[in-house]
Amino acid sequence: MSLLGEDIVTEDGLFVVNMGPQHPSTHGVLHLKVWLDGETIHKIEPHMGYIHRSIEKMSENLSYRNFIFATSRMDYLAAHINNEACALAVEKGLGIQATPRAKVIRILMGELTRLASHQLWWGCTGLDLGAVSPFFYAFRDREAINDIMEETCGARLTQNYVVPGGVMFDIHPNFQKRTKEAIANFKRNLTDYDKLLTGNVIFENRTKGVGILTKEDAISFGVTGPTARASGLSCDVRKWFPYSGYENVEFDEILATEGDCFARYMCRMAEMRQSVRIIEQLIDNIPEGDFQEKTKAVIKLPKGEFYQRVETPRGELGVFIVSDGAASPYRVKYRSPGFSNLSALSTMAKGGKIGDLVAIMATIDLVIPDIDR
Amino acid sequence: MKTVLTISLSSIAGHIHQWLEKAIGNPTIVYLIDMVLVAVCLLVFLVLLCFFLGWMERKVAAFMQIRLGPNRVGPKGSMQIVADTVKLLFKEGLTPAASDKFLFHLAPMIVVIASMMVCAPLAFAKDFQIFDISIGVLYVSAVSSLGIIGILMAGWSSYNKYSLLGAMRSGAQIVSYELSIGLSLISVVIMVGSLKMSDIVMSQSDGWWIWKGHIPMIISFIIFVVASTAEINRAPFDLTEAEQELTGGFHTEYSGMKFAMFLLSEYINLFVVSAIAATLFLGGWMPLHIGHLQSFNHIMDYIPSSIWFMGKTMFIIFIIMWFRWTFPRLRVDQLLNLEWKYLLPISMVNILLVTLMAIMGWHF
Repeated sequence: MSLLGEDIVTEDGLFVVNMGPQHPSTHGVLHLKVWLDGETIHKIEPHMGYIHRSIEKMSENLSYRNFIFATSRMDYLAAHINNEACALAVEKGLGIQATPRAKVIRILMGELTRLASHQLWWGCTGLDLGAVSPFFYAFRDREAINDIMEETCGARLTQNYVVPGGVMFDIHPNFQKRTKEAIANFKRNLTDYDKLLTGNVIFENRTKGVGILTKEDAISFGVTGPTARASGLSCDVRKWFPYSGYENVEFDEILATEGDCFARYMCRMAEMRQSVRIIEQLIDNIPEGDFQEKTKAVIKLPKGEFYQRVETPRGELGVFIVSDGAASPYRVKYRSPGFSNLSALSTMAKGGKIGDLVAIMATIDLVIPDIDR
Repeated sequence: MKTVLTISLSSIAGHIHQWLEKAIGNPTIVYLIDMVLVAVCLLVFLVLLCFFLGWMERKVAAFMQIRLGPNRVGPKGSMQIVADTVKLLFKEGLTPAASDKFLFHLAPMIVVIASMMVCAPLAFAKDFQIFDISIGVLYVSAVSSLGIIGILMAGWSSYNKYSLLGAMRSGAQIVSYELSIGLSLISVVIMVGSLKMSDIVMSQSDGWWIWKGHIPMIISFIIFVVASTAEINRAPFDLTEAEQELTGGFHTEYSGMKFAMFLLSEYINLFVVSAIAATLFLGGWMPLHIGHLQSFNHIMDYIPSSIWFMGKTMFIIFIIMWFRWTFPRLRVDQLLNLEWKYLLPISMVNILLVTLMAIMGWHF
C-alpha cells in the first residue's frame, strides 16, 4: 500500500486522523496522529516540533541575567514560576538567597500565576467539553489577576519580574489592596464555578472513569503535578523540596486516587482553594526590607552543575545549568512538566472515544510551548 | 347592520385571493399565482426570522456569558447578522479538489429545502395555514428526517475525515431520536384522534394539552423538546459538528453561501421544532385562558393569534438556546444510551398511559 494510503486507512482497517497542528482543542500546534477504529481510539502518536524555538540553545548565548526571561515563553501561563526556577538555580550557583521580602513577593506572585493558569484551564476544559459559557466566567476572574500583574510587573502574561537575588522592583502600592479584592471576589465565584460545571450530570458522565492513569503508569511516565496527584502520587515540589519559603506557609497537598479526568479536575479545583489560602496567609505579612539582594552587574557562576526544581501549575519544572565559569551558561536543560505528561496521553486515551481524548487533553492541561521548547 | 373590519392574517390572505380571482378569473392561474406568492412570503419570512434568531442567539449567549453581545451595527447590534450575511455572500466558495462535486453542491440545498418544507402544515395564526394536510403530523415527521440525507451527503462528498465522522454520528443520532419524537407526537395524536394540525389546535380551545393531559403529557413535552434538540443537532447534542472534536463536522469543508445554507437550515429547524412543540402541547395560536376568569380570558382574546403562536414558539426557542449555552456536550455513546436506555422506554410506557387516559376519558 502506498504511503498516502497508509495515512488514510491502515491495512487492518484503522482510520487514521491527524488531529492538529490546527485543531480547536489541541490548544496550539500539537499534532496528534490518531488511529481510530470507528470512534474508538486505537493508538495515539504525538508529533512535535511545530513550535520549537530552541530556547535551551538560545540560553547558552545569553547572560545569566537575561536567559531567565527567555523562559517566560516556555510555559507562558506560568511565566513567573519559570523565571523563578531559573533565578533560584542561578542563586544556588552564586550561593546567595533572595531577601525575605522578595521571597514572599515571589510566592505571592507565583500563587497568583497558578490561580490565573488554573482559571484559564477551567474555562478551556468547559470549552473543550462543549460548554462555552465557563470560558467567559474564567476570563473575568483571570482578568483581575492580570491587572494586578500589570500594575506591579508591567506585563500581564510574560511578567519577567524575577531577577537573581530578588525581584526587579518593589510591589505597587495598590498591590495588597487589589489582591485582597480579587481573592475575595474569586472565593465567591468559585462556588459559581462549581454550580456551572462541576455538578453537571453531563460533565460528570464525560469525565468520571475516563482516561484513567494508574499510579504505576504515572510514575513510569514521569507524570507530575495535579495530573499525577489525581492518581495518588504525592509529588508536590512545594512540599517535598520547599523553595522560596514554602516551608513557612500552611497548605495541603491535594491527592486523589481515582486517576480519571474528574479526579484531575477536582484536584485542580481544590488547588485553587489552596492557592487562595497561601495568598491569604501572606498578603498582610510581607516583610519590610530590600526587594533585591545586591549582585554584581555581570554574574558569573562558578564551574559546576546546578539544578533547581519548582512546582508550576502543570507539574514539576526542572532547570539544570552547567557552568564553565563564563558569563553565560555552558548548557541549560529544562525538564518541562508538559512533555512528560503528554507522554502518558496514549496510555490514558487508548480504548476511549474521540470525545474522551478531548476531555483527557483538557484535564492534563497541555501548554504546547512548554512541551516543545 | 354593523360591518366589522377584521384585520387578521387570514382575512388579508382571503382578500388577496378574492382580488386575484376577480382580476384574472382563470382558477388554475390564480392557484399558481397563489402558490408563488406563498412561497415568496415563506422564504422572506424564514430568512427574516433566521436573522432575528441569529441575533437573538447572540444576545441570549451574551446574557448568559456576562458580556454584551453585538452592539455596534444597527440599533442594539440588530444589523450585525445582515453584515455577516453580506460577508458570507462575498466569500469565496471553496470546493475541495477531491470532493464529489455534484453531491457537495447539492447537500446544502437539500438540507434547506427539507427544513423549509416542514413549514407547510404549521398553523401560524387562526385559519392561517399554507397547507392543512390531513396527515399533518405524519408529514412533519416524515419530511423533517429528509434533512439528514443532506448532512450525510455533505459528510461523504467533502472527502474529509472529520466530515465523514460527523456525518456518521449524525446518521446514528437521527435514526435514534426520530423514535422518541415520533412517540411523543403520537401521544398527542391519540388524545386528539386526528393527524390534522388544525384539529389539534382546535382541540386545545378549552385548555392546552400540557395541562389537559396530566403528567404523561408533560413527560411527552419534555421528551419532545429533548429529542428534537438532538434531532436538529444543537448543543448539548451537537456531535455532528462538535467543534472541539471534529473541527466542524459535516460542514468543515463548506464556506461562503453554502456554509450559510447550513446555518440557515439550523435556524429554520430550530423554529420548526419549537413551532411544532408549541402547536401540539401549548395550544398553537390559542390564547391563554384560565378557568372562569372571564375578564382575563376576554383580554387574552384581544391579543392576535399570530402573536400567541410566535410568543410560544419563541419561549421554546429560548429554552433550547438556554440548553446550548449551559450544558457540556455528550459523548457519542452516551448520546445513544440516553435515547435507547432512557428516552425510548419512558416514551413507550408513556404512550400506554396516554392511551389508557384517552380510553377512560381521564383527561379534562
